[in-house]
Amino acid sequence: MMKRTILALTFAGLMAAAPAMAQDHGTPQPPRQKWSFSGPFGKFDEAQLQRGFKVYKEVCASCHSMEMVAFRNLAEAGGPGFSEAQVAALAAEYKIKDLDDKGEAIERPGRSADYFPSPFANPKAAAAANGGTMPPDMSTLGKARTYERGFPWFLIDIVTQYQEQAPDYITALMTGYEDAPKDFALPPGGNYNKYFPGHAIAMPKPLSDGQVTYDDGSPQTVEQYAKDISAFLVWAAEPHMLARKRVGFQVMIFLLVLAGLMYFTKKKVWSAVH
Amino acid sequence: MSGHSTYQPQNPVLQWLEKRLPIGGLIHSSFVAYPTPRNLNYWWTFGGILSFMLGVQIITGIVLAMHYTPHVDLAFKSVEGIMRDVNYGWLLRYLHSNGASMFFIAVYIHIFRGMYYGSYKEPREVLWILGVIIYLLMMATGFLGYTLPWGQMSFWGATVITNFFSAFPGIGEPLVTWLWGGYAVGNPTLNRFYSLHYLLPFVIAGVVVLHVWALHVVGQNNPAGIEPKSDKDSVPFTPYATVKDGFMMVCFCLFFAWFAFYIPNYLGHADNYIPANPAVTPAHIVPEWYYLPFYAILRAIPDKLLGVLALFGSIIILAFLPWLDTSKVRSARYRPLYRQFFWVFVVVCVLLGWLGAKPAEGIYTLIAQVLTAYYFAHFIIILPLLGIFEKTKPLPNSISESVLSAKA
Ligand code: HEC
Ligand code: HEM
Repeated sequence: MMKRTILALTFAGLMAAAPAMAQDHGTPQPPRQKWSFSGPFGKFDEAQLQRGFKVYKEVCASCHSMEMVAFRNLAEAGGPGFSEAQVAALAAEYKIKDLDDKGEAIERPGRSADYFPSPFANPKAAAAANGGTMPPDMSTLGKARTYERGFPWFLIDIVTQYQEQAPDYITALMTGYEDAPKDFALPPGGNYNKYFPGHAIAMPKPLSDGQVTYDDGSPQTVEQYAKDISAFLVWAAEPHMLARKRVGFQVMIFLLVLAGLMYFTKKKVWSAVH
Repeated sequence: MSGHSTYQPQNPVLQWLEKRLPIGGLIHSSFVAYPTPRNLNYWWTFGGILSFMLGVQIITGIVLAMHYTPHVDLAFKSVEGIMRDVNYGWLLRYLHSNGASMFFIAVYIHIFRGMYYGSYKEPREVLWILGVIIYLLMMATGFLGYTLPWGQMSFWGATVITNFFSAFPGIGEPLVTWLWGGYAVGNPTLNRFYSLHYLLPFVIAGVVVLHVWALHVVGQNNPAGIEPKSDKDSVPFTPYATVKDGFMMVCFCLFFAWFAFYIPNYLGHADNYIPANPAVTPAHIVPEWYYLPFYAILRAIPDKLLGVLALFGSIIILAFLPWLDTSKVRSARYRPLYRQFFWVFVVVCVLLGWLGAKPAEGIYTLIAQVLTAYYFAHFIIILPLLGIFEKTKPLPNSISESVLSAKA
């Protein structure tokens, strides 16, 4: 009895505190999007990843590096599904800094095994070109952002397996540029974004309608671009997600069967004592 | 480990070995013939689960160490290399990072089990203290490990925690410089943390051996909290405890796998996927969830030195539990008042954990102060007095009697 009363009281106390947690200095929660890769059986949508890659290549890559992703990754299973030949051709479009046999610095065409070259020579140069703030590397961006879920959502998320905070946030960020409210003192070089913590972001609005041409008839709108680039960034940050979920399912089935067998063995063994 | 074994191997090679090194007898008497109380419930399976988790951490850790580079410029990249390019590297890393959390979930259940059933009381004081030492070593190991991927939270967590030591008057500053191996958390810090993170799990394994040894000298406590009196009160470890432990271990693995395969980053911080940057302080520096109650205690106290002392005190006080609890009755089953205070204490710990994740300001600080005071009062005031004033229920005459009456 006592146990339950205490638990109920705790619960009530936490509920009362929840609103205090949610009101986060005027930053709205990013709207929940539908992602093909969410949940235990979720899979990346190849066409979406290919579109997202196009947005990355034509827009984001001029400022953001993606150092830990190699061209070859684009052809690996569970990714955007480009062919080896497509990847080789794509890599060849890039110029890679290297040394020749005499030790002279040269630029050669990229190969599948190369990593995406960075738009700036070093972090200082990247910051200098962007008003003092370095655009973050994109390799892990798809899981390096989150927002506070608050009680009781953070517990419910364990059961629903919600873990798409980063793509939800990035999608919201892409579409969250607005004129700054009159009483908001925007620092020089800052841009107002309602989803960015503190609202003054150094990145100018990167996307506008019709900016990237899609060949598959998908809408060429900021919303669509935002979702596609977010999905692409999730893949870039977690290229083995599909393998993880597949192996996870096999492990779960195995463990469930084993647990059943163990349970009945235990019952049998203990039947003499009980 | 418990008396002389009657174990006689059949195989001639084993007989030859047994005469020279009676290891078979040791294993047989410890894990086969060893008598366990017949009324143990599932809360007693967590010791086995803890041993299993230590094994998981050591095995995954050793393989991770084959691919990891402890250098400030390379650590983050090498962990990403494990995630991307090492065969099943993502699995190793997610098992190891979530395994640490599972290890702590299991140890908290194990500790609260001990508190509920009075397992720390005479003659199990040394067993209990060895457990507190293991827990301290686990906290150190987890903290050191969390530094290794060298993300933002790794770096700033290490900075904040090591800075506590600067609170000690006089020796504080030089002590912190010595810990860091420099004037800030940097490459020497990462190197020594890696070295120690590799070492401590083996120290834990050593203390676990002592813990099990002590256990096998005094025997297990049980839900009735009375000692076994006759053969009817106990059953041999194998097959009884082995299958029960095994079943629960598989259930625990299901829980573990849910996190490792489906929500592997749920228990971590998104910020740790941003490479460490000494020039940018994250908005909230939060330790791993398993330290949160202690973090709340630390920040509840306005004075830095007193806060640090309270933090250490809140853990050290556990070692004195056998003497702070003055009741002669072990199990909370027969202690109606203690049972209620036990649950209040559990809730206080959970709430402290929740506060540890909140900013230390306004109402949060006030609640944390009240709960911190209660945390210590539980040990220093409530437990000593309860033992004197509480009217306990009559104890059963024997374990088998308590099992039979529970069924009737
Ligand atoms: C003109 C250069 C530029 C372009 C083009 C650009 N970014 Fe950025 N981006 C930045 C800068 C600078 C920052 C750092 C902003 C800050 O911290 O204030 C940034 C930050 C970000 C962040 C992190 C925001 C946060 O919460 O910290 C995301 C996500 C992001 N960019 C996504 C994108 C995407 C997606 C694209 C392509 C559609 C893109 N960016 C194109 C310059 C750029
Ligand atoms: C008591 C057992 C152990 C605990 C509680 C523990 C805990 C941790 C934690 C919390 C991390 C950070 C995880 C992350 O976010 O990436 C980590 C990383 C690491 N640990 Fe351990 N560990 C244990 C044993 C070991 C052992 C025995 C080894 C090596 C022999 C090891 C090697 C490593 C390595 C190389 C990393 C960095 C790679 C990574 O970040 O995933 N660990 N550990």
